[in-house]
Amino acid sequence: MMRVMLQPHRIVMLMIALALVVWIVLAGNWSWLPKYAPMIGQGIWRTVWLLVLSLVIGFALAVPLGLAQASGPWYLARPAQAFCTVIRGTPLLLQIWLLYFGLGALFPSIPWIRESDLWPLLRQAWPYALVALSLSFAGYEGEVMRGAFASVPRGQLEAARAMGMPRRKILSRISFPLALRSVLPTLGGETVLQLKATPLVATITVVEIYAVTSRVRQDTLIIYEPLFLLAAVYLVLAGIIVALFRWFEGRQPRRQP
Amino acid sequence: MESTLGLLALSPPGWGGTLLVGLWASLQIAVGAFVLGLLIGLAGAYGKIYGGPVLRDCLAVYTTLVRALPELVLILLLYFGLTDLLNQVLLALDYGRMQISGVVAGILVLGVVQGAYATEILRGAIQAVPPGQIEAAKAMGMPAAKIARRITIPTMLGLAIPGLSNLWLIATKDTALLAIVGFSELTLATRQAANTTKAFFTFFLAAGAIYLAISILSTWGFARLERWARRGDPPRAAGGR
Repeated sequence: MMRVMLQPHRIVMLMIALALVVWIVLAGNWSWLPKYAPMIGQGIWRTVWLLVLSLVIGFALAVPLGLAQASGPWYLARPAQAFCTVIRGTPLLLQIWLLYFGLGALFPSIPWIRESDLWPLLRQAWPYALVALSLSFAGYEGEVMRGAFASVPRGQLEAARAMGMPRRKILSRISFPLALRSVLPTLGGETVLQLKATPLVATITVVEIYAVTSRVRQDTLIIYEPLFLLAAVYLVLAGIIVALFRWFEGRQPRRQP
Repeated sequence: MESTLGLLALSPPGWGGTLLVGLWASLQIAVGAFVLGLLIGLAGAYGKIYGGPVLRDCLAVYTTLVRALPELVLILLLYFGLTDLLNQVLLALDYGRMQISGVVAGILVLGVVQGAYATEILRGAIQAVPPGQIEAAKAMGMPAAKIARRITIPTMLGLAIPGLSNLWLIATKDTALLAIVGFSELTLATRQAANTTKAFFTFFLAAGAIYLAISILSTWGFARLERWARRGDPPRAAGGR
């Protein structure tokens, strides 16, 4: 690893990159940073939990969606397929706006919703953001899981059935672990894509890191520095996701050669 | 129901015309960005495979950075960055300031983003071309450009089309992001119509249907294109994969 990085041209490129960063840090106007630091921290935190929650909910929906398409009866497979097509065929921004503005305009006109205990929750923006992000992830991952379930070797399933395993157990012991292992590399990439989708929720007043930097730019009229900070935050988050998935993939048992 | 359809009518009391104008802008940008992305991608793929170490590393930085940053952030960075750069060049050359039109800016910005993904897709496809084919062409004395045109590109097209089809779908959907920088394409036109009439479901569902129709039509079109591009391939072994 060190050897690869120490080729002469790479050292020069690293120096240029380093000089660029130093120049941005020294020449830029960063006086706003201390004042907005707490907001920025909170923004990053919001981005992270929106990402993690939508990943968990989305994946929990994606497994049945994939299973229904790969081996379900037609009355489950068709709706699942339609759901994935619709989600994947329309822009996420449009889905977010449909949920937030559409449902947001509909709910107040229904009395029993307004009187229910959920109303304080439904008046905020983040539940809509979370639902939209989760459904979107479910749509994309449902397609991925369909491929994964379909590619589980038949012999494995036949062997499990021959051993008298009930269907639920085949799913939890054979199909799901094998499918999950085969989608791990894809899932890493999709998680980065999901991270890159989160700033869209800033358009419906959820104050995550993108919204915080927009606010800084409006308040201070500084154009570039907040954008550089934003880019750095996303680069670091994407790097962490990639590293986590690489670590997780490395832990998967593999057949010894 | 009557009034809902009236809202979507094409002539001014209805908002259908506004949506169609937005759709036209979206399509222009999507096509322009996709073509620009293909050109960047082709050059990038050749650079990554045949270029020297410095060029290869620079391209790696480009594809990694662009694919790790949210499109929205890239759009803001490139939009301000490119306009600034252009204006400074223009001022240095004693021309006046210039405002880049929304369509051109959209095409440039999304094209740069698409180029990074296209580079990776085309690189994979080019590397899957059997090396013997290219060696044979070299042995026949074909110049590099002709090898690309006659051998490499036709052979890799069948492999690249599924990836490019995905990329085109991303291009159509990414045009929606330009709504956030205030460019009036389909999504922003929809929101304006919805805000004015308060018929949120009608307009967002209508726009969704339009995007979905584009997506389904393009998927079908690319499937045909792939069949055409693979017309010379040997029949695939049954039950492959």
